[in-house]
Amino acid sequence: MNDAEPLLRLRGIGKSFGPVHALTDINLDIPAGQVTALVGDNGAGKSTLIKTIAGIWEPTRGEILWQGRPVHFRSPKEATATGIATVYQDLALADNLDIVQKMMLGHEALKTGLLDEITMEKAAKETLADLRVTTVRNIRQPVGSLSGGQRQAIAVAKAVMLDAKLVIMDEPTAALGVSQTALVLDIIEQLSSRGIAVLVISHNLTDVFRVADRIAVLYLGRMVSNGPAANYDTNSAVHWMTTGTGPSGRAAVPQSAEG
Amino acid sequence: MTSVNQEPTPTESEILASPDVSADLMANSFGDYVRIMGRRVRSGESGALPVIAGLVVIVIIFQVKNSLFLSAGNLVNLMAQSAFIITLGMAEVFVLLLGDIDLAAGYTAACGAVVALWLLALGDPWWVAVIVALAGSAAYGALQGIVTAKLGLPSFVVTLAGQLGLSGLLLYLINATGSIGVGGVINLHNSIINDIENGDLSPTATWIVMIAIAVLSGLGMFYGDFRRRSAGLVAPPQSVTLLKIGGVLIAAIVVAVIANQNRGRLIVLEGMPWSVLVVLAILFLWTMLLGRTRFGRYIYAIGGNAEAARRAGISIVRIRTLAFTLCGLTAGLTGIIYASYLGSISTGVDGGQNVLNAVAAAVIGGTSLFGGRGKMLHAVIGGLVVGVIYNGLELLGLSAAAQLMWTALVLLAAVIVDRITRRGSAG
Repeated sequence: MNDAEPLLRLRGIGKSFGPVHALTDINLDIPAGQVTALVGDNGAGKSTLIKTIAGIWEPTRGEILWQGRPVHFRSPKEATATGIATVYQDLALADNLDIVQKMMLGHEALKTGLLDEITMEKAAKETLADLRVTTVRNIRQPVGSLSGGQRQAIAVAKAVMLDAKLVIMDEPTAALGVSQTALVLDIIEQLSSRGIAVLVISHNLTDVFRVADRIAVLYLGRMVSNGPAANYDTNSAVHWMTTGTGPSGRAAVPQSAEG
Repeated sequence: MTSVNQEPTPTESEILASPDVSADLMANSFGDYVRIMGRRVRSGESGALPVIAGLVVIVIIFQVKNSLFLSAGNLVNLMAQSAFIITLGMAEVFVLLLGDIDLAAGYTAACGAVVALWLLALGDPWWVAVIVALAGSAAYGALQGIVTAKLGLPSFVVTLAGQLGLSGLLLYLINATGSIGVGGVINLHNSIINDIENGDLSPTATWIVMIAIAVLSGLGMFYGDFRRRSAGLVAPPQSVTLLKIGGVLIAAIVVAVIANQNRGRLIVLEGMPWSVLVVLAILFLWTMLLGRTRFGRYIYAIGGNAEAARRAGISIVRIRTLAFTLCGLTAGLTGIIYASYLGSISTGVDGGQNVLNAVAAAVIGGTSLFGGRGKMLHAVIGGLVVGVIYNGLELLGLSAAAQLMWTALVLLAAVIVDRITRRGSAG
């Protein structure tokens, strides 16, 4: 495909908690403007991997390259400053804030030392319109009154507003109904169409095949397979996820890259 | 506008059917506004309206029982009497918004008052006494804040220790003043501090000040709406803004008319007490701080969900420490108003009782004990409710026992309403 440097490249990433090797020798390229789905059974190391990328944990081994340059995130703040935004599964949103307040939280616009509500409301409104989030009735309604899908949308919109280049989403559709799931998947497509890389963890293979450009399969802390989504179907993906081997009985081929 | 209509835009009736929308910004007409507000009252998001209704009911009951209740003399007395409950309530709002509480604030106030009166007795000018007292109170607040926030301790326990410690410090300080605090009482001999609760503006000045406040707040509201409209954002319907401005104007006129009646028997006594102006000034400052600054926004964010605030990059330790500092500072102000009200400060000050009344005031006014919801205005409304109960029952000749129990019932009712509202909005 393209020989250009990927946005994020993981090289030989390992993460150990004492004697436990949660991740072993992970190699993964996350290209800009594409949706990479990270799949795997429970305990495969998906959450550990995204937390390592998001700066919550430092890798024990290996290196992370951001636009070709090695980076070391000591805190989530540093990862955010670089352009990596994480939308967590538990969606910790302050229910009492309204949408504008939530989207601008930590990045408020000021005018002579006071909050500039008009600038903030306009910015939030524009971002939501750009992302085609039309189900939100009133931008001044409290976040607590939103549905799960709308909350995901707001969290993603915040990432976009903060110029994130990579948005990591942890099980974004896990607790959502059909229409809410559609809303979130639409948003994910919006992101990639604007050149933003998306790394999404999901158990739901239907969702994965709908939005993912690339699929990466973790099995017991190892990257057993990854490549364009077209190389997989539901059966082969499930086979990789549950056995760590390909459907035809092939042995695990780490980085079957552009297979 | 970009055409973004993937899904049909919700119809007007759908929008109005949601209890969540802000009535100010959703209503297209006055009728809409009334309907939306009605819905919000039922869903518990109405803010101050039910409390004000309750206050009116209590006032009517007292007036029926004793026709002196609504006399100008008693109402002005009520304003002065409520002032320190209100300001201590505002101190508590800072920490209640975080889901914290400051049980020591009553004694922070008392100790601040001792420092101020001590310095005055030593001959320092009033502003030096005030500044030193406020600095001390704020520093104590900061100390509590640092201990609570840095170590992650429950503020209930830290400030309970503070309450015990400061009640001891109060005794110690008054003893330490030697001949100034003989008999455990330091008297106030400074006319400026004394005038906060006992001095009045002249009737002309009362009119000028009240009308100026009404006009300025009216212009402020109009200007805010104007800016929203010219930026292409939704602004409240003009009829609603006019109604609010009318309400402020009427309140200002009523206060001025009441305060300007001669309520003296032997001498002429008229004009608004300075304490009302002091309370309004603090209300304005702290409302701006909570509503229009980053610090204020972060207090609400932490109170709503501390983890989300942390992920947004907010330093919880810093904001919590600052909130406790401001709580201490406002408590110090309260101490000075309280000393002015009593004309002295003594070892007998019940700081525990005062702080509980203050928390009660804030909660009755609509501030949540669980953090994230509340306004400075709530302390004013709730403080008036507590003040009215104390004043009215006193007027009826009822004992302190009855006063305490009635306040308890009102507080309990307020907390129950808060709890039910929470459950409603969580669902």
